[in-house]
Amino acid sequence: MLKLKFAMKLKSNIATSESGFVFNPATGDSFSSNPVAAEILLLLKDNNSLKEIKQIILSRYEVESSQVEKDLDDFLTHLKENNLLEL
Amino acid sequence: MSTKKQLVIAVTALNNIDSPGPGIPVIRALRDCDDFEMRIIGLSYESLEPGIYMKDLVDKTYQIPYPSAGTEMLLSRLLAINDIEKIDLIIPNFDAELYNFIKISDKLKDAGMATFLPTLDQLDARDKINLFSFGKKHDFKVPEDKTIYSVDKILDAVNDFEFPIVVKGKYYEATVAYTIEQAEKSFHRLNAKWGLPVIIQQFISGSEINVAALGDGKGNMISAVPMRKLYITDKGKAWAGITLQDESLIELARRFIAATKWKGGFELEIMRTKEGDPYIMEVNPRFPAWIYLTAASGQNQPAALVKMALGENVVPYKTYEVGKMFIRYSWDLITNIDQFQQISAFGEL
Repeated sequence: MLKLKFAMKLKSNIATSESGFVFNPATGDSFSSNPVAAEILLLLKDNNSLKEIKQIILSRYEVESSQVEKDLDDFLTHLKENNLLEL
Repeated sequence: MSTKKQLVIAVTALNNIDSPGPGIPVIRALRDCDDFEMRIIGLSYESLEPGIYMKDLVDKTYQIPYPSAGTEMLLSRLLAINDIEKIDLIIPNFDAELYNFIKISDKLKDAGMATFLPTLDQLDARDKINLFSFGKKHDFKVPEDKTIYSVDKILDAVNDFEFPIVVKGKYYEATVAYTIEQAEKSFHRLNAKWGLPVIIQQFISGSEINVAALGDGKGNMISAVPMRKLYITDKGKAWAGITLQDESLIELARRFIAATKWKGGFELEIMRTKEGDPYIMEVNPRFPAWIYLTAASGQNQPAALVKMALGENVVPYKTYEVGKMFIRYSWDLITNIDQFQQISAFGEL
């Protein structure tokens, strides 16, 4: 069972692209993400639940379920630290 | 034949160097405006101001006396230039020259030269020396400061604030000092360059954001565009920046204009703390050097100023493009000695 520390909704004004570029128009901060993180961002943007995102990643890559959970949790922490998630 | 209004607009601050004056960006924004035809007259102080030689932007340049020469000298020079050029409007862009231009603005108007400048009271209210009390009066967050006239007063100021402190020149420049020795060194340097007083200011850490804005002189905001510096030079100038979407910053500019009834362009220098509090660090009483970004993002502030100065009714801008960036670059402009000689010897080119 995935344990979520934070809400997982991206702030509505955050711009993301398929290439993994993220722009926060309120602060001017921009970020680059790797291809998998870019996929997750787009899935978050499409309002997929964390459970759904996990399933999609598992269906696309050969990876352990526990690893996906851990990586997702880490990634969401990064997003939170960089002020990109709705509180 | 074009039916557009033909205007002759004089602009100062052609020093488009590594720490640029706003003149060339102002002219560039004006050139972007299709509503009028214009002849641009540059007003320069020194013979090596790059704008003098930018003939695609500046049609003709005349040297004018330094601000320290006083208002009479300035007026007499401008009247002489006006006899030749028939100037419609002057846009001064240096802090240090504004006092003189405001003082003679009525006489300029009598001679047919419009300006669109704040009053002397407005200019004084936002002065570094008065900013803290201004903030207190109008409920703006402003860092505490001490105005000092001698180096030994730094110690008193340091007793009130913790290190680091910010040491600021009367007109320009600020350095962060981490020790009393650094503060003293900065005091002497800034005193030698800009004169007294020197301002000692509480250091606020956070994200530096600037807002370029334009007031109509009646308390209404015509435009405000917030920008975050993405890269800062060793002189603290923006090398690159990006427009932001933040209603609270625009509201801050609106409140400033409502409180002061500011007339003309200005720049709010804001430090937003980690907690999100916007501190007004400084108010520059003229367009900033990055003003072209306002035009590029959809709010051409220099063009709106021209229209207001000529008595047109300007509808306040509502939107601008968020995420519009500027990246400053340097470029070696090539010219000939005869051009340099012309401006140096005859004061015009």
